[in-house]
Amino acid sequence: MSLSQSFFAERFGVTERDLETYLGDALSAGGDYADLYFEYLATTSIGIDEQIVKSATEGVTLGVGVRVISGDRTGYAYSDDLTPEKIRKAAKVAACIAKGPASIVKTGFELAQRHDLYPMVKAPNELGLAERVELVKRADQAARAYDPRVFQVQATYADNLRQVMVATSDGRLSVDRQPMARMSVMVLARDGDGPPQHGYSGGGGRVTLDFFLNEKTPEYFAREAARQAIVQLGAIDAPAGETTVVLGPGWPGILLHEAVGHGLEADFNRKNTSAFSGRIGQQVASPLCTVIDDGTIGSRRGSLNVDDEGVPTRKNVLIENGILRNYMQDQLSSRVMKSTPSGNGRRESYQHIPMPRMTNTYMLAGQSDPEEIVRSVSKGLYCATFGGGQVDITSGNFVFSATESYLIEDGKLTRPVRGASLIGNGPEALKYVSMVGNDLKLDEGIGICGKEGQSVPVGVGIPTVKIDRMTVGGTNA
Amino acid sequence: MTELEKIAAGAVERALKSGATDAECTISEGEEFSSNVRMGDLATVKEAGSRGAGIRVLVGQRTGSSYTSDLSREGIEKMVAAALELAKITSEDPYAGLPEREDLGQISGDLQLYDDSIARMEADWKVEQARQAEKVALAFDPRISNSEGASFDSHLSGRVFANSRGFVGSYRTSSCGLSVVPVAKENGSMERDYWFTSARTASKLESPELVGRRAAERAIRRLNARKVATQKAPIIFEPRTARALLGDIFDAVNGSAVYRHASFLAGKLGEKIASDALTVIDDPTLPGLFGTCPFDDEGVASRRTMVIENGVLKSYLLNTYSGRKLGLKSTGSAARGITGNAGVGPGNFFTPAGTKTPEQLIAGIRSGLYVTELIGGGGNAVTGDYSSGAAGLWIENGELAYPVSEITIAGNLKQMLMDIEHVGSDLEFRGSIASPTLLIREMTISGQ
Repeated sequence: MSLSQSFFAERFGVTERDLETYLGDALSAGGDYADLYFEYLATTSIGIDEQIVKSATEGVTLGVGVRVISGDRTGYAYSDDLTPEKIRKAAKVAACIAKGPASIVKTGFELAQRHDLYPMVKAPNELGLAERVELVKRADQAARAYDPRVFQVQATYADNLRQVMVATSDGRLSVDRQPMARMSVMVLARDGDGPPQHGYSGGGGRVTLDFFLNEKTPEYFAREAARQAIVQLGAIDAPAGETTVVLGPGWPGILLHEAVGHGLEADFNRKNTSAFSGRIGQQVASPLCTVIDDGTIGSRRGSLNVDDEGVPTRKNVLIENGILRNYMQDQLSSRVMKSTPSGNGRRESYQHIPMPRMTNTYMLAGQSDPEEIVRSVSKGLYCATFGGGQVDITSGNFVFSATESYLIEDGKLTRPVRGASLIGNGPEALKYVSMVGNDLKLDEGIGICGKEGQSVPVGVGIPTVKIDRMTVGGTNA
Repeated sequence: MTELEKIAAGAVERALKSGATDAECTISEGEEFSSNVRMGDLATVKEAGSRGAGIRVLVGQRTGSSYTSDLSREGIEKMVAAALELAKITSEDPYAGLPEREDLGQISGDLQLYDDSIARMEADWKVEQARQAEKVALAFDPRISNSEGASFDSHLSGRVFANSRGFVGSYRTSSCGLSVVPVAKENGSMERDYWFTSARTASKLESPELVGRRAAERAIRRLNARKVATQKAPIIFEPRTARALLGDIFDAVNGSAVYRHASFLAGKLGEKIASDALTVIDDPTLPGLFGTCPFDDEGVASRRTMVIENGVLKSYLLNTYSGRKLGLKSTGSAARGITGNAGVGPGNFFTPAGTKTPEQLIAGIRSGLYVTELIGGGGNAVTGDYSSGAAGLWIENGELAYPVSEITIAGNLKQMLMDIEHVGSDLEFRGSIASPTLLIREMTISGQ
């Protein structure tokens, strides 16, 4: 696709000449690099609650962000109006970060290479609203049908289509059309008049409505949410203190995201404020652990054809057999660290400055049979599903919240336990990984990662993993 | 009417002409400035503004919503048409609808939400505040030799709301803030902490010297933290972490959770749900604070609500919809972005100050935890189960003895509220949810 066939040329008449002018304004006071990020985002969401389709919302936002890098300084401005005067004004504001004579903008653009990870026959917003309403109704019915103890169901279906164009002062131009869809189901269940319990499930990715008709149906997510709520009805207090923890496959990969992922983002390491700073080549995990960040997996939530700085995403090895190999880079950090961008430059929207961020982060499968892993534990905790997590980059301490876990007693899963937080230290925790299953699974596609006020969609994955020592934050001391 | 009020009222009118039986329109506009200095050098400057409009229409008892960043006539027309189209696919909801006319309104008087001084601040001056705060932090102690930087931000925003029952209102807000994140290092232990100040007018900010020094003190005192043994012990939440606990209480009195039975406080109105020591008030009418507004996001006038009085649950926080579901009146607590059905949000949601200073509370503890940071987790509003990562200082014989980290604290909010023994005298409003120091008799600490 050339610029002239792109969304922004067709809809707003943006030409190469315009882009050169804006970039020239951005570098009018000097600076090493400038880029423009054009974004048009159309969203739809539909929600059912108490068996009533209570909400349906559509919206459109558009704008352009202008960034100037001068040394390790960044100037940024944006406009929600794509008229040339407004964009030029934003470019001149961003330019103020540099103080000198104008820098040269390369004339002519080369269309950057990109993947084709989410081909679409139809854009999500070209499909009927009625079909989407049907999805949330089906979810509601399936959750209620799962068990008579289910008494509240909320289901939401949301999709969006993002048109982006990135133009850089070193002559790169990339365009992309990024779909995203997600279904989520929240269920409450109770025994008679007993206290309610909560279950949650959801999924999706860079897919359209078809995915929920053919691959993962509303019933699939609804039953899973209902199942979790019902399991919790029989839960006992979670243990308190250090114990052996077995993580189930899939979404528990959030461990990697918190324990090592954030600490390996280059901005923290450029500033030497990460617990992983200066540790490339060192042992930071057991030799059983190889951790990858891969933005190139087809249709995954964290995947991108090009990152938000116009660089094609890659499959990056972060930790190889326990040895720290690479940080995740964006334009700014790779310039300062004299490295190369790794396709991890991401931002929430045109109003935000890009940062190094994860895409899909997972651990490679090992040799162990998952059942054998559980059998090897005489006393411990098996965590099947998690809520969220958080990390303190500098100390390396991280927390993630188990929402469905079971006691392991004499090699068997016994009682379900109540939700609890687990805490560990990033550079230490994975050293206690003693078994890695052969059952790598990626999550269902619900992850949202927050960093410095910016949210971006991400994926995680992990096989069944045994961690010999971890602190579980229950109440049963 | 201002230009934006005209656009909002015009959108409502257009919706009615196009078949809506009721409509409400929100417009927001904002200008942001942010700057970051790191290791004495300017790192980032960002400056820009944006606007957005949203509409929600009712066609009988069906509702539809849409939003746009295009405030041109054409953009607004498209927005209205989209919302009407969506109202065709939603269900009849007997409780849906705008507030009654008599509930609409706004409080008068100067709420001190906007101060011109913020619009007039020079960029260089703002950057200098950040530079100075970081400089003080870096000079505080040789163990502080690195920093995540210091930031000075300012925001000017405007909000306009109009509906088809005759309400048109708008207000402007201003705010600015200064923060610094120093990194302390010693014997292989590396810790960061932060301090910040923010206000609706520049004159109410703490000085860069104070912000820098507090941040540095906090980072230093975390160094060489230990992991204590798993045990049950008394817990003192300093205001920064007590605030999170108030947030958990807010989630449980949120009318949207209550009518769904998704709160452990559902059905408990009038009952004793906390110790005598706990009173919680929501008051969006207090001048100059971050949860202050003349009317809520449905056009209902702001008011003070006694939520918990000496441990007795007096009121939930309600918008029009959750009020109707529960057979109660809105408390003026509707909150939303610019579109969609309104949710419920806090005004200034706080616990009034008690009489004992934090030092006095600490002095009364033989062995316990002073929590300065919560990480991940928190409370579950449905069950009350509570589990969170924590860091802080261990209290021995009434004194802060040594730092602790990589631990969790757990309990159940139902019991925790009953176990609040003391409320400190140190209430400060640093956001729309605020609390003084809180002392809880006992929780489970997980460590070694």
